[in-house]
Amino acid sequence: MSLEWVITILTNNWPMFLRGAGMTLLISIIGTLIGAAIGLIIGIVNTIPMPERGVKRLFQKTINFLLSAYVEFFRGTPMIVQAMVIFYGSAMAFGIDMDVFTAAIFIVSINTGAYMAEIVRGGIISVDKGQFEAAQAIGMNHFQTMMNVVMPQVVRNILPATGNQFVINIKDTAVLNVIGVTELFFQTKSVSGNNFRYFESFFIACVLYFVMTFTITLLLRKLERKMAGPSNYSMIGGLPMQVVTPEDTEHKIKE
Amino acid sequence: MEKVIEIQHLSKSFGTNEVLKDIDFSVSKGEVVCVIGSSGSGKSTLLRCVNLLEKPSGGKIIYNGKNILDAHHNIHSYRTKLGMVFQQFNLFNNHNVLNNCVVGQIKVLKRKRQDAEKTAKKFLHVVGMDQYVNAKPEQLSGGQKQRVAIARALSMEPEVMLFDEPTSALDPEMVGEVLKVMKDLAKSGLTMLIVTHEMEFAKEVADRVVFMDKGVIVEEGPPEQIFNHPKKERTQEFLKRTLR
Ligand SMILES: Nc1ncnc2c1ncn2[C@@H]1O[C@H](COP(=O)(O)OP(=O)(O)OP(=O)(O)O)[C@@H](O)[C@H]1O
Ligand SMILES: [Mg+2]
Repeated sequence: MSLEWVITILTNNWPMFLRGAGMTLLISIIGTLIGAAIGLIIGIVNTIPMPERGVKRLFQKTINFLLSAYVEFFRGTPMIVQAMVIFYGSAMAFGIDMDVFTAAIFIVSINTGAYMAEIVRGGIISVDKGQFEAAQAIGMNHFQTMMNVVMPQVVRNILPATGNQFVINIKDTAVLNVIGVTELFFQTKSVSGNNFRYFESFFIACVLYFVMTFTITLLLRKLERKMAGPSNYSMIGGLPMQVVTPEDTEHKIKE
Repeated sequence: MEKVIEIQHLSKSFGTNEVLKDIDFSVSKGEVVCVIGSSGSGKSTLLRCVNLLEKPSGGKIIYNGKNILDAHHNIHSYRTKLGMVFQQFNLFNNHNVLNNCVVGQIKVLKRKRQDAEKTAKKFLHVVGMDQYVNAKPEQLSGGQKQRVAIARALSMEPEVMLFDEPTSALDPEMVGEVLKVMKDLAKSGLTMLIVTHEMEFAKEVADRVVFMDKGVIVEEGPPEQIFNHPKKERTQEFLKRTLR
């Protein structure tokens, strides 16, 4: 490989790479956030206790069926195929002329949503049954129980898996080049199509992808640690010797 | 005496397993009732039916003159009148000690945070945990967790406190601190329904002891009668086994 070529390509095309990486990051961030929201909503809906009879029961059964059909369908088909079907299909079937950016966000969100729904389901199952019971025993209804007790624990439990999904999205947005989204892979293809230095161009893309994913990984680790909270507490009105503040422990760990 | 909760012909089955059979039973205002009986006799199920964590298969639960098992009865507001203390504590893992006692007051009783915190601190003081308001549940010992759980239930200012073997999951050296709190509460005139294996405790604090076996109430009466002059053979056998 020639380092000169890498430098030349960068000097001539850096705005394209940068815009590509920016687009990749933007689509993955929005897609992951909307996907996570979809997953959380599906997770909560699935936990609503089933009424014993009546129209409500039928309604809820239908909703649950549609949701699981959605999850299974999007988990069971490749995103690259979904991209084609949704982008061209929406124009053909419904006459909707989606712009590629909207289509990209839509595809990534809905795909992530399907995965996140499963992750959230696992997260809810992993919350101890006693937590639900204690919340109900003090009079919370289902919604209050979920919002004040269960979901905060679920969010913390699923944070690593969500971060993982984010990293996957950064990589997988590359497939969106098939519908002409100007993300990093698409831009690199354009660059290399002009200079015919495929290896050097894609090497640059490779480095950029890794920088993005690794930065996200590090940031999420930090967030996880922050959410775990201080490992000690301070007693109120206790003896001075018993007072242990988070700062104190941090000192001790560093020493 | 005024009855707080009255249970009539209560039954509960899990599938074909009939766990409670035609239970008649009531708790009066200010009374401390201890429920004893061997493992699997249905004590927990009875308690859980009272606050509807289990749905009874039949019978009535009369509270304030109304059967709360009637359809359209608001079970959430009914539950706020009962404070439940679990064997496994079940403190909310995502809240610190203070918030464990505050969240229900704010979200369910719609109290202002300031008032809720005042009430919470009052009851945390009662159980001797007011120094630990900032601690997370995982940072506490079992006995401390259970005392916070009691404060959490008390903070809702319920009419009856339900305890399901509150000391059974505790190391022996921590049982005392929890029983002490419960004794103090009993003396304060709180209405309490306690499932327990602590016979000495039951003898000391109970106004009435209920002995259950195989899903039925075999015998009930003042502790003196149940422990010293049990009438039924099954009660005598149980006591012989446990008091040995
Ligand atoms: N959710 C459930 N599903 C099926 N069976 C159950 C369930 N909960 C309890 N049972 C059964 O009901 C019976 C009574 O259980 P329960 O927990 O009320 O007993 P207990 O008197 O509290 O016993 P222990 O002293 O061990 O706590 C047992 O035979 C138990 O197996
Ligand atoms: Mg039990």
